[in-house]
Amino acid sequence: MQHLNTDPNFGIPGERYRHVYLPGDDFYEMLIAGHRGLADAQSELLNARLILLLANHIGDLRVLKEAIAAARAGLAADNADHDETPTR
Amino acid sequence: MLQTYTWPRYAYRRPAELDHGGERRVPLVVVGAGPVGLAAAIDLAQHGQPVVLLDDDDTVSVGSRGVCYAKRTLEILDRLGVGERVVAKGVTWNVGRTFHREREVFSFNLLPEAGHHRPGMVNLQQYHLEQYLVERAADLPGLDLRWRNRVVQVTPQADHAAVEVETADGRYTLRADWLVVADGARSPIRRALGLDIEGKVFQDRFLIADVVLDGEPFAADATERRFWFAPTFHRGESALLHRQSDQVWRMDFQLGWDADPEAEKQPERVLPRIRAALDSMGFPDMGFRLEWTSVYTFQCRRMARFRHGRLLFVGDAAHQVSPFGARGANSGIQDTDNLAWKLDLVLRGRAPDTLLDSYDRERCAAADENLQCSTRATDFMTPKSRAAQVMRDAVLSLAAEQPFARVLVNSGRLSVPATLRDSPLNTPDGDDFGGWMLPGAPLDDAPVLAADGRAGWLLAHTGGGFVLLHFGWPAPAQHDALAALAQAEVPVRTLVVLPPGSRVPAAVPPWAGVVIDRDDLAATRCDASPRTAYLLRPDQHVAARWREVDAAAVRRALARACGRA
Repeated sequence: MQHLNTDPNFGIPGERYRHVYLPGDDFYEMLIAGHRGLADAQSELLNARLILLLANHIGDLRVLKEAIAAARAGLAADNADHDETPTR
Repeated sequence: MLQTYTWPRYAYRRPAELDHGGERRVPLVVVGAGPVGLAAAIDLAQHGQPVVLLDDDDTVSVGSRGVCYAKRTLEILDRLGVGERVVAKGVTWNVGRTFHREREVFSFNLLPEAGHHRPGMVNLQQYHLEQYLVERAADLPGLDLRWRNRVVQVTPQADHAAVEVETADGRYTLRADWLVVADGARSPIRRALGLDIEGKVFQDRFLIADVVLDGEPFAADATERRFWFAPTFHRGESALLHRQSDQVWRMDFQLGWDADPEAEKQPERVLPRIRAALDSMGFPDMGFRLEWTSVYTFQCRRMARFRHGRLLFVGDAAHQVSPFGARGANSGIQDTDNLAWKLDLVLRGRAPDTLLDSYDRERCAAADENLQCSTRATDFMTPKSRAAQVMRDAVLSLAAEQPFARVLVNSGRLSVPATLRDSPLNTPDGDDFGGWMLPGAPLDDAPVLAADGRAGWLLAHTGGGFVLLHFGWPAPAQHDALAALAQAEVPVRTLVVLPPGSRVPAAVPPWAGVVIDRDDLAATRCDASPRTAYLLRPDQHVAARWREVDAAAVRRALARACGRA
C-alpha cells in the first residue's frame, strides 16, 4: 500500500475551488515569492529548511521514505533526458 | 501581404457636423473599432441607444493578433449576433498537450461538461472577428461607425466629455454624455489625460509567426494546442503551436530580452525556426508559407480605476495581461458585456449614474483575477531567478509520473469568466444553495426545449434585460405580482423552467416565457427545487436567488442590481 499521496491535494480544508488549478497555483506563487530577493546559496538553504519543516510536520517515516524514493526515481529519468539532448 | 485574407477597406464619409456648426451633443461615443469597441457599440445599439463609434483607420486589425475566444465570450457574441459566424469559421479545439523537451508531461481536455451550446475555446484570427462585428454593426441603424475619424483631444466636463475629432475634411467636436474608451493598450486618450496604469513589465520578447502549412499535422476535427517547455528545436524557454482558420497556424517562440526585434522578424531568421519545429514534430516534408510575423513584449497592468467621471475605459486601454491564457480580448469583450446595460439604464434615467461605479468595481475585480492568472503563468513559463528555474524544472520532471505535479504545470490558465462574488449589486443568499451559480456568477448554459418544442439553449432565452428564472409554475397567488414586474420601469421577464418531459400548457400567460429543462441540467446547475427563482441581470450574471419567490424580494434585489440600494 502506498502511503504517499501524489494526487492534487492543495487547498484549505472546507474551501471550494471553482478551478482545479487554483489552490496549486496559490501554493506555487507563495513558494516563489518566498525565494524573492535571495542569492542562490540562500535559496538552496531555504529549500533545505523548508524540506525539514515539512518533513517534520508529516512525521510518518513511511510517507517520507516513499517521497524520497519518488523524487530520486524521477531524477534518474531526467538525467537520461539530459544525456540525449546535450544542446539544452 | 496575407495570402488567406484580404483586408476590407471601409469608406470614410464626411461627418455631418462639419456642415452643421462643427459640433453636436450625443449620448454615447465609443473610441476604437477593435473587437472591444465594436462589441461595446453593438451592445449599446441593441439596447436602442444611438452611438457614434470612431476609428482612426479604415480596416480591421493587421495581423491576426488575438486568436482564442473562450466560451463566455462566444456566449456574449451570440447575444451580439455574430457567435454563429465565429464558431463556424473558427477552429474548435479541446486537447492541449504540454511537453518538456520532447517528453509529454501534461495534457488537458477543454471539452466542458456536456450540455453547453458553445465549446471551451474557438481559435480565429482577430481580423475575421472584427470583420463580422463591422458587418453586424452595419445592420444597426442607431450605430454610426466613422472610419478615419481620429480623436485628437478629449476634454472631460462635469456632465459630458468633449471629443475633438480630426478628418480629411477638417475637425469637429462631439459632446458625449458618456465616452467609452476602447483605444487599445497604448490608449492615446489615457495617456493624454495623464491617467495612471500600473503593474509589472516583463523583460522578455516573443516571436509570433502565422504560417500556412501545406499539410495537416493533426486531423482537422482533432486538432491540438501544443506547448513546449525548453523545446529541443528552439533555444528558448518555450514554444507554442496553435491552429487558426484557413490552414493558418500560429507559432510562438520565446526569444529572451536581448533579442533584436527587427532582425528576428526577418524571414531568414523566422523560416529556420519554423522548419526546426516541424522537423522535430515529425513533419520534415511539410512545406509552409509565412503569413505574418511580429515580435512582441507585454505588460501585466491595469488602471487604478476604469471610470473617470464621464469616461469609461474598457479592454486593453484599461488593463493588459500576458497572452498566456487568452485573457486579453476575452476580458475586454466581457467588460463591454458588463458596461452596456448599465449605460443604457443610466441614459434612460432608470438608474443613478453611480451604477457605473459598479462597472469599475466588478471589472477591476475581474481584471485582477486575469492579471493574477496571466502573471502566474508567465512566472512559471519564464522563471526570473535560479531558484524559480530549479523549482519549475522540478515540477516538469515530476509531472510525467505524479498527478499532483501535472496540475502545477502552468502553460496558461485559459480564460474563464469572473464570478463577481463581492459585487455591491448582488443580493446575498438567504437560502442554502449548492453548486456554483452563486450571486455574481454568469449563468451556465443548458439545453432546453422552447414552448413550440424546438431544441435550443437556456442562455438564448435570457440576457438583454432582467429575467426571473422560475423553476416550475409560480403559485397562482404570485401571477399578478409577476405580471406587474414585467411592466415595471425596469422590466423583469419571467422565464418558467419546467422539468424534463413536461408539457407546455396551451395558454401561457403573457408575462411569462416557458422552456423545458430537457436534461434537467439547468435545475442541477442552479441546485434548483420546485419554486426556486434566480434573478438574472441583462449580462446573464446572477443577481439574487431564492428557494421561494416573493415579488417584494425580487423588487428589492432589482433595485440593488440597478444601483438603487
